[in-house]
Amino acid sequence: MFDNGLALSLVVILPLIGAGVVMAVPKANESAQKMTALVFTAAAFVLSVVLAIQFDYGDASAFQFGTDLDWIGAINSRYHIGLDGISLPLLVLSTFVTLLSVIYSWEHWPEPHNPKAFIILMLVLATGMNGTFVALDLILFFVFFEVVLLPMYFMIGIWGDRAETEIPVFKRVTEMRLYAAIKFFLFTLFGSAFMLLGFLGLYFRSGDAGGIRTFDMLALSELGRAGVFAGSFGMWVFAALFLGFAVKVPMFPFHTWLPDAHTAAPTVGSVLLAAILLKLGTYAFVRISLPILPEAAQRWAPTIGILAVIGIIYASLACLAQTDMKRLIAFSSVGHMGFVMLGIATLTDIGINAAIIGMVAHGVITGLLFFLAGSMSHRYHTREMARLGGNQQLMPIMGAILGFTAMASLGLPGLAGFWGEFMALLASFNPLEGLSTGLFRTLMVLGAVGTVLAAGYLLWMLQRVNFGEPKAEWEGHHFHDVDGYEMAAWAPMILAIIAIGVFPRLVFGSTNDAVVALVNAAFGG
Amino acid sequence: MSLLAALSTEVPLLLAAATEEGGHAELGDGGGLAAAAWLIPLVPMVAAFVIALFGKHFPYRGWDIATAVMGFEAVYGTFLLIAHLARPIAYEGAIEIARIGSFPIEWGWVVDGLSIMMYFVVGVVGFFVFLYAKGYMEGDIRYTWFFASFTLFAGGMLVLVSAPNLIQLIVGWELVGVASWLLIGHYWEDHANSSAAIKAFLTNKVADVGLFIGAIILALSVGSFRFSDILHAVEEGVPALAQFAFWAGLAVFIGAMGKSGQFPLHVWLPDAMAGPTPVSALMHAATMVTAGIYLVARLFPLYLTEGFADEVRSVIIIIGALTLFLTGLIALVQDDIKRVLAYSTLSQLGYMMAALGAGAYTAALFHLFTHAFFKALLFLGAGSVIHAVHSNNMSDMGGLRKYMPWTFRTFVIGALALAGIAPLAGFFSKDEILASFRYAGSAESGFSAAQGGAGLANIVLVLGIAAAFVTAFYMARAVFLTFFGEYKGHGHPHESPAVMWIPLVGLAVGSAFAGFLNVPGVTEFFTELVGGRAVPVLDHHAESFDVVVVVLGLAAALLGIFFGYRIWYPDKATQAERDRFHVRGLYPLLENKYYIDDLYFDGIIRPIRGPVAAGVNWFNGHVIDFVVNGAGFLARGLGKLVYAFDQNAVDGAINASGAFTGGWGELLRKVQTGRVQQYATMIVAGTVLLVAGIVIAGII
Repeated sequence: MFDNGLALSLVVILPLIGAGVVMAVPKANESAQKMTALVFTAAAFVLSVVLAIQFDYGDASAFQFGTDLDWIGAINSRYHIGLDGISLPLLVLSTFVTLLSVIYSWEHWPEPHNPKAFIILMLVLATGMNGTFVALDLILFFVFFEVVLLPMYFMIGIWGDRAETEIPVFKRVTEMRLYAAIKFFLFTLFGSAFMLLGFLGLYFRSGDAGGIRTFDMLALSELGRAGVFAGSFGMWVFAALFLGFAVKVPMFPFHTWLPDAHTAAPTVGSVLLAAILLKLGTYAFVRISLPILPEAAQRWAPTIGILAVIGIIYASLACLAQTDMKRLIAFSSVGHMGFVMLGIATLTDIGINAAIIGMVAHGVITGLLFFLAGSMSHRYHTREMARLGGNQQLMPIMGAILGFTAMASLGLPGLAGFWGEFMALLASFNPLEGLSTGLFRTLMVLGAVGTVLAAGYLLWMLQRVNFGEPKAEWEGHHFHDVDGYEMAAWAPMILAIIAIGVFPRLVFGSTNDAVVALVNAAFGG
Repeated sequence: MSLLAALSTEVPLLLAAATEEGGHAELGDGGGLAAAAWLIPLVPMVAAFVIALFGKHFPYRGWDIATAVMGFEAVYGTFLLIAHLARPIAYEGAIEIARIGSFPIEWGWVVDGLSIMMYFVVGVVGFFVFLYAKGYMEGDIRYTWFFASFTLFAGGMLVLVSAPNLIQLIVGWELVGVASWLLIGHYWEDHANSSAAIKAFLTNKVADVGLFIGAIILALSVGSFRFSDILHAVEEGVPALAQFAFWAGLAVFIGAMGKSGQFPLHVWLPDAMAGPTPVSALMHAATMVTAGIYLVARLFPLYLTEGFADEVRSVIIIIGALTLFLTGLIALVQDDIKRVLAYSTLSQLGYMMAALGAGAYTAALFHLFTHAFFKALLFLGAGSVIHAVHSNNMSDMGGLRKYMPWTFRTFVIGALALAGIAPLAGFFSKDEILASFRYAGSAESGFSAAQGGAGLANIVLVLGIAAAFVTAFYMARAVFLTFFGEYKGHGHPHESPAVMWIPLVGLAVGSAFAGFLNVPGVTEFFTELVGGRAVPVLDHHAESFDVVVVVLGLAAALLGIFFGYRIWYPDKATQAERDRFHVRGLYPLLENKYYIDDLYFDGIIRPIRGPVAAGVNWFNGHVIDFVVNGAGFLARGLGKLVYAFDQNAVDGAINASGAFTGGWGELLRKVQTGRVQQYATMIVAGTVLLVAGIVIAGII
């Protein structure tokens, strides 16, 4: 089961099977739908944990549990999957957050209700996310990468925020959810088109080296190392892939879909978007761009580093201007992903390790922040921070969890968020040989300044939301503090934040050897 | 390698310096006492969580656990101190918690003279403060939560002090910061309090940029986060470190400036008074503000060794001197008794930092040690007074010596100790610092021309003596305004309960006698204590008193008290009359704290939070999104155009196949207007087909 790829395939496919089963359940029978979703996402999570236990950490740079089967023979695209130390934590993160989203959804359905459709979309989404992290064939990767798009589009477009918004400059008034959904969809599709072009470029060039054309990532990495994609060809392909991945991350200046999508999306949509979807982009950089195009990566690295740090500072400043709590958290994602990209841009083992733990930490922390923002706006029917003061009095447990998570988000040492930020800065002091140390050390200082701004907007957010006396408008209202489903969904995240913070080997133990091997293969000796 | 094997952490180093090559034979490994010292940071950290979650169910609602923990720390610290004086200990233990590249990341604990001194101070002073807090916090709205945060505060400090490497130090450093944020903002219903908490956090965070960068530079140029490795690299003169040592030392010092309230990053500390008084007592004495001094002392060989960060010492002495002189003056114009003490803390921290700059490791730490006792005493005394008169302002006090005898006696001891009157503790430690300035200005010291030379040291000496006068002056003012004359407040002041005044007596004993631990030429317990480290600190030790400094220092202090007596002892009807300290130009400058707070707020914070942030947000919506939306609208416009062309030019063809399109159109319309279910179904169907294709292809 583990050797022939069946187990790993099951992790990917189980949610989709679940979606099929839910489809067969009558619309009225909501509890059966929920139970089905729970069973299938739980099964996927448990199976991914079993894989983590069975994983051979002594050989973390090798792909395990995988298989390599014929798929689309005409273009030599294969069903090639596998799990190494880099993808393992991300796969577990994906199944983990999906399961918690199902638990949270139990009693929290966004309008216009219709859990059946929502569950189906959620499960399809899960298959797309899990699949992206295990695919080792570019076409297969592309398919999973795109499968994610549609469910998220509908989640935002149907269950999203119905408030009206005006598009700046063009003065058009439209519903938030419609604008955000289309923007998300088209923006990502725009990037994907270039990404596909890049994949095709690699495919056709791969044949020129004498062998047969291939979409296989490992084979392409071999060719990349041999210098087949060197020169301006590599630069162009890297640029094309960059567009696709950078939109997804998102990197400045391709980030503007994100605040709108997050603000408009229903709670679970925001959580999955922040926790997993953004990581597809950063993961793709590590998995595809660096090993296949090492030479182009070195030439592009300074640009990526600069954009990453602009993102950190820019997003933090934008956060300071927000009045909407959810939008603030959304912008903060851009900043945090900036640290991840800065780590990747150093092209060192420390930097890429930092990036992966940064992805995992951001997934859990920002996921939890979006859960909180969702639950609070569900109770207050507003996300305006100016109206939320004194939450700590009205809902002490909710306030305490928000305070804790905000601390984790600002990178408090001892909690998960610290490692990614600090190690990314550490890596920037000594980037890969050949990269400008002057530039990267400047980026390090600017990134460190970004941590101050991050502390600023999060502390001020807490002050506006949690502290002070409750506003007069809430007088006489009774607010239900955190309920059982919320606690069941959030407690594991809180524990994960502490556990990774105190014992980062939970992630580094898996990633380190794989990252060192990747860096050595691509850039070393 | 299985999961368990991957996660298990072998204990890679339990190194005692004695067994190390090139170590110092007289150092012991401390036996089981040192090997179990990981309990020192761990117990309070666990206790903080236990109190937060379950404290309410305990008999004293969390105070009992917290105080028991501090009692444990005090006892453990005392045992270690005794063991160390019997035979110096230098022990380091660690477990590896991750490996990045070839960099090990570790949690650990270090037991040597420097850390033992801190364990002792934090434990003993902390214990008294926690004991006292029971009385002071009685009836507080968040009693249990207070003790949870307070334990976290002390625990964070112990994580910091026990750190054998920079990573753990940073963890403890920030834990202290976050706990201080919780405690300063304890009464967060009031906006001013949460703002003070944010001010403390952010000012420290600014300084932390320095600490982060310094730590990164040190770690990468040595290849290890461990202090022992870094200091060995200094000893051996590793060129990779020497190349960056100046910048690393400077960056680390900037970090230290934040926590230790050095000018111009001192602004958060006076505002931190917003927290309950026991917090101020611990924060100003043993915890938090001492962290910066501790950090520089921990890395002291880096700053002492020529060719490394020795040139940073001139920066340190200048910053320290500015701090000790400028902040002390502000204390003269404060009406809030806690603020007087807060500014005096800043000034004393300036003494410590300047002493480190002068190369006087022992003197700086000795002042940290004695200051912890008398500053905690003074704050708790002030708290006792505030508790009695329900006001922080000295204009509401007066004449309290009759009502609060124990508070009065102990407060006076603390004030005299702070003023540096012999033979109380502050006299000896301040004298040592002043003597170290004089020594630094002398020819035989290592404070050579490169560090600004004799001239700089002599200026600092003059400032130090002047500030000694100022210290005595404002403490005399505080004592006379609070305890002498007529009572001006409302209600009936009363002595505080025993649980509050007994700690005062305990700390008064320390304030009175701690100085005898290090009397030049007579005792050198303290020198031996903090000197017992794996990498020795070769600072200068005076064999006898420097008579000139003793006379000048004492004269300055006595003169300060005398003037204070002349001005503030005579009871006047109004505060304004009593407080006649009006030097034209100087008074508004002091009252407005040299306008530094205003400069930061109006010059930095407000523009960033206001126009800069709004500008970025505008840019996001109106420039970047203009391109995005513009592209969208453009595409849609083009689509309409094409459609129009299509409708008019290709009309015939369309009409011809009317039936066909009608059929498809009907189907599409159904799909588009149908319920969500149908969309979802289509997606799943599509995905299933795709996956089925994969699977089928796989089977074939």
